[in-house]
Amino acid sequence: MYEFNYHRPASLKEARTILAGASDARIVAGGMTLLPAMKFRLARPSDLVDLAHVGELRGIREKGDQLEIGAMMRHAEIAGGELVRSRIAALADLAQGIGDPQVRNRGTLGGSVANSDPAADYPAAVLALDAVIRTDRRDIPAADFFTGMFETALAPAEILTSVVFRQPKRAAYAKFPNPASRYAVVGVMVAEHADAVRVAVTGAGPRAFRAPQLEQALSRNFSPASLDGLHIDADDFNSDMHATAEYRAHLVLVMARRAVAAASA
Amino acid sequence: MTVHVSITLNGEKVSAEVETRTLLVEMVREHFGKTGTHVGCDTSQCGACVVHVDGVSIKSCTMLAVQAQDTEVLTIEGVASDGKLHPMQEAFREHHGLQCGFCTPGMIMSALELVRHNPDPGEREIREWLEGNLCRCTGYQNIVRAIHAGAKAMRR
Repeated sequence: MYEFNYHRPASLKEARTILAGASDARIVAGGMTLLPAMKFRLARPSDLVDLAHVGELRGIREKGDQLEIGAMMRHAEIAGGELVRSRIAALADLAQGIGDPQVRNRGTLGGSVANSDPAADYPAAVLALDAVIRTDRRDIPAADFFTGMFETALAPAEILTSVVFRQPKRAAYAKFPNPASRYAVVGVMVAEHADAVRVAVTGAGPRAFRAPQLEQALSRNFSPASLDGLHIDADDFNSDMHATAEYRAHLVLVMARRAVAAASA
Repeated sequence: MTVHVSITLNGEKVSAEVETRTLLVEMVREHFGKTGTHVGCDTSQCGACVVHVDGVSIKSCTMLAVQAQDTEVLTIEGVASDGKLHPMQEAFREHHGLQCGFCTPGMIMSALELVRHNPDPGEREIREWLEGNLCRCTGYQNIVRAIHAGAKAMRR
């Protein structure tokens, strides 16, 4: 690991001041991606701004049909929190399937969403649950947030503060995990809202995306059979040692069917 | 950049001057001499480096020493008391829950958090919980048996 300066702000205001004054600062949330990247010398920040002690970034609040989760909430807290479990069980289940217990004790919602890893789980929930990404300066709708592989609409030094999820009538997440890392080879969240059905896919392409074709089919009839005969185009899908683009396209439908079945159960 | 880090390690207040880039596992092993915590993969996969920080299990190869400032850290050395093995350690010995033994400290630290969540875990739950602990001798059968027995002994 290269050398860096370490900062531990106690408030958002303090974090902003530090970020503004450093040449090439990086924010560290849970560190489950950034620290390994720094160990491999793939990342070389001048300064590390640790948000672990910024109290404003913690907590889970409900407002009407919305659930706002602080950016620094750990996966284990989201998986085990009664409020999340009772309001959006699919989100608690998704969090429970991330990595392993020790990763879930460190990794955070905000860190995962801001990282936009193409195989991360949360981006599927952000899109399927019509989330709003809140930052220290604005609200960003889910549809505008994930712009590419490891790329988001966040500006440099902009701090993701919370994610506001919309409670669906019913929803479920199904993923085909990489057996070693538990990252999603393909993961699909389906959510039925009062006015629309959302189907969001992670793992398959360079970034998480919605599948309008599947949404239309499920809007007509929310059942696994509605997806029979549909075809997913593998163009632009990821292809690697774990799965070809064509296999991932196949998995999108399989995972979507499983998610619909689970949501209907 | 060096920083002064103070932690409570196995109940004892300790501190060290470390670089910001020093990992928690490096500080525990090299500065405080607690070499029971192992470094296996060094990529947060194998779980040989699992310790508890403020009561939850984490991989100490993927946490900076400076991030542990003012926390309570528990390593395998702090599990036994009065020269007597902890019931979970005793269960690993009794059920031969190890072959080469390299993964054992991490397995035990991980198991202790599982039992805190569920004092009576079933086989499936134990296996799922061990997702982040690898035994390259592939001796899982007895590890699972040991954790089951250890949990039972802890309920007494």
